Amino acid sequence: MSTRKSPQRRKRTQQIGFFMLRMVAIIAVLPIIAIMAYIVYQGASALSWEFITGYPSDGMRSGGIWPAIVGTFFLTMLCAIVVTPLGIGAAIYLSEYAPDNRWTQSIRIAIINLAGIPSVVYGLFGLGLFVIFLNFGISILAGALTLAIMTLPVIITTTEEALRAVPQSFRVVSTSVGATQWQTIRRIVLPQALPGILTGVILGLERAAGETAPILFTAAVFFLPRLPSSILDPTMALPYHLYVISTQVPGMEPQIQYGTALVLLIFVLGLNLLATVIRSRARARRQW
Amino acid sequence: MRARRFNSEILITYLIKILGYSAIIFVGLIFYFLISEGFPAIREVSFSEFLKVRWYPIEDYYGILPLLVGSIIVTVGALIIAVPIGLLTAIYIAEIASPTTKEVLKPLVELLGGFPSVVLGFLGLLILSQYLREILALPTGLSALTGALILAGIAIPAIVSISEDALDTVPQSYRDASLALGATEWETIWMVTLPAARSGVLTAIMLGIGRAIGETMVVLMVTGNAPMMPEGLATFINPTRTMTATIAAEMGEVANGSTHYHVLFFIGIILFLIALVVNVTASTFVFRRKKRSERILS
Repeated sequence: MSTRKSPQRRKRTQQIGFFMLRMVAIIAVLPIIAIMAYIVYQGASALSWEFITGYPSDGMRSGGIWPAIVGTFFLTMLCAIVVTPLGIGAAIYLSEYAPDNRWTQSIRIAIINLAGIPSVVYGLFGLGLFVIFLNFGISILAGALTLAIMTLPVIITTTEEALRAVPQSFRVVSTSVGATQWQTIRRIVLPQALPGILTGVILGLERAAGETAPILFTAAVFFLPRLPSSILDPTMALPYHLYVISTQVPGMEPQIQYGTALVLLIFVLGLNLLATVIRSRARARRQW
Repeated sequence: MRARRFNSEILITYLIKILGYSAIIFVGLIFYFLISEGFPAIREVSFSEFLKVRWYPIEDYYGILPLLVGSIIVTVGALIIAVPIGLLTAIYIAEIASPTTKEVLKPLVELLGGFPSVVLGFLGLLILSQYLREILALPTGLSALTGALILAGIAIPAIVSISEDALDTVPQSYRDASLALGATEWETIWMVTLPAARSGVLTAIMLGIGRAIGETMVVLMVTGNAPMMPEGLATFINPTRTMTATIAAEMGEVANGSTHYHVLFFIGIILFLIALVVNVTASTFVFRRKKRSERILS
């Protein structure tokens, strides 16, 4: 192929090629930094105690975003309470019990599919099952359950990976001194895999906190003059609020929009940072 | 005492097994609810009606063709941008970048993958569409192109992350052998490493397609939401309307059980099936690769 080209020319091709690859990588990464810097720059001036803890007023055009912050917090927490045991249980089955057969293969394909279903289709499903069929109405409960099923594949996959990373010898030693399989899992495998599991759960919740489409018709409302009093109440939520004030309300102050975007970003990237810290600390401490 | 311990052991084993099958149960439930709410649409609106080019539910026009075309246009546009940039960035990170650069670049790209899409839609609405309006002299700047550009930003992290993993798993001995035969590093990348990582790269691209076609908030906010059939090249700079955006925009306002409601669920079935095909295809690439490596090892 290239044998007919002189070595100098081939060397030159490589130099140009590497230069172009570097440029493309910069093109891919630069916007990320620019976006974050811009939102921080524009949004920081909006952040104040009144903005964080106040209620929207004047048709969202002024005031704060407290009900939306509380709503997203409740949705994320309830989602975590539901999905964590479910996801960890499923991952324990796949990592510790499941035989290598066609059924297990189907479970894996189902997980891949769950991960790929568009978020708005989860919204439709939540509307059909939780809001209408189970009659939860548009509520925190319906929204959180919808988000829980959406985040389930993320948590199963990451937890299974964490469980599999625990060396097989740990299990062998535990069962050889007389522990049952479940005792081995509970006392040896789960504690060892805990940081990895936590990282996975937090990354799943990061996705739940930032999603809008699944809560559009299951949990979120335009405006609420008070905080929700039970999980059967509808709620405001940060991502939906940002959508509303950037498309549905004419004459919005950009400062409030950027402020809301910044708070949402802090919420989501804060979770991301937490996951990264847990992962790297666990890696440093690991003795195997 | 001992008997009780074994009883609870059996109970927990059963519980875990049920949880293990939960993913299958949920996929089944989702499909069941989409079918039960979406299939009445076929009885209420004739099938030939669906294939017409006019979507105007208020007057009972339920042609979903423009929505399907809208989804395809935006997705294709996003991939034209995201595949080359994503793949080349992955090659840079995996093959050329120094370890320190790699440690910085990969988390940064994955950070973009975690951005809430509503934030990207918001920026697209406020900034990108204004620029495009001025540069291309458009009436609003809300167009298929605007959507495609931001969707590319959403697909790139997926493509970079998975392709980089695929390139990373290519054994170093492949590269060493190529270099020993006198190939340059540049030639090794294109003739040895990339072909060896082919299946992983295909998986990455398929998952990028899945991301782009299923994305809702961005297209709802920046594509202008006009269900139109394509008219030549101008299609890209015209407003358009995808299937996902249609569901998101209209489901909140329809009466439960109405024809319009059923049709929106029917669109949900189409999206579900597209996601199914895309993801099963993507996973067969991975499975095939595994089998080949098992063959080589045995």
